[in-house]
Amino acid sequence: MAEGMKIRATLQGDVADVKALMNHIMETGLRKDANTGKLIPAHFINHVVATLNGKTVLEAQWGAAVAKNPFLGFRVKGAKVGDKIVINAVDNHGEKMSGESAIV
Amino acid sequence: MNQLRRTFLKSTGAAGTVAVAIAAGLLRPGQVLAAEWNKVAFDATTTADAMKGMNVAGAAESKDILIKAPDIAENGAVVPVEVTSKIPGTTSIMILVEKNQNPLIAEFEFSNGAEGFVSTRIKMASTSHVKVVVKAGGKAYTTSKEVKVTIGGCGG
Repeated sequence: MAEGMKIRATLQGDVADVKALMNHIMETGLRKDANTGKLIPAHFINHVVATLNGKTVLEAQWGAAVAKNPFLGFRVKGAKVGDKIVINAVDNHGEKMSGESAIV
Repeated sequence: MNQLRRTFLKSTGAAGTVAVAIAAGLLRPGQVLAAEWNKVAFDATTTADAMKGMNVAGAAESKDILIKAPDIAENGAVVPVEVTSKIPGTTSIMILVEKNQNPLIAEFEFSNGAEGFVSTRIKMASTSHVKVVVKAGGKAYTTSKEVKVTIGGCGG
């Protein structure tokens, strides 16, 4: 899996607006290879967990139909500037990726 | 291929152990990726079966769920979808595309102050209703919005 997750978290009032972009092919397993005619095996992120200062705020299960290079936006109430957002993702091959960002 | 499958089975087995460890309070959620992937629901080929797999069959229609998605998506491979639930006590949001081969796209669970809101981008094979199911206070609610797709995003 290509490295890389970008996270931006901004505070609006007391709500943290978190936006994350993950670098992943999100292969559905339904596409055929144009040359060989064989199905390209599925390869997609299926678990995502986001924490705010170590506490889980969002837990997601994904199927293969989340778009390539997934975007995830969510909001957390009761956050402060400087709080730490960490996002962990794992795909169906067990490969992991993560990113973190402080709220600004 | 077979070897891959072995590894996959092994790793799902391990995920089960982790869930047990969390339940027993040995691990704090957040340290590890917790719950097991709901294979039954994600592999379902009809919306009804996917909803059954997620235990939300018979969800009631609700006007308090807002779906922000384009009326016409030029590219089905990347369709932005934003869901806001105004239902108090929203604990999870599910996104389904009725005409996709596997309708269930994603499920999001909120805790510790996370609001009933999620924004993402999905793939749509063809023009279809995007269905959203919200769980709040142990009950399920649903609404849907049609998105016309001019170029499909699955299978090509």
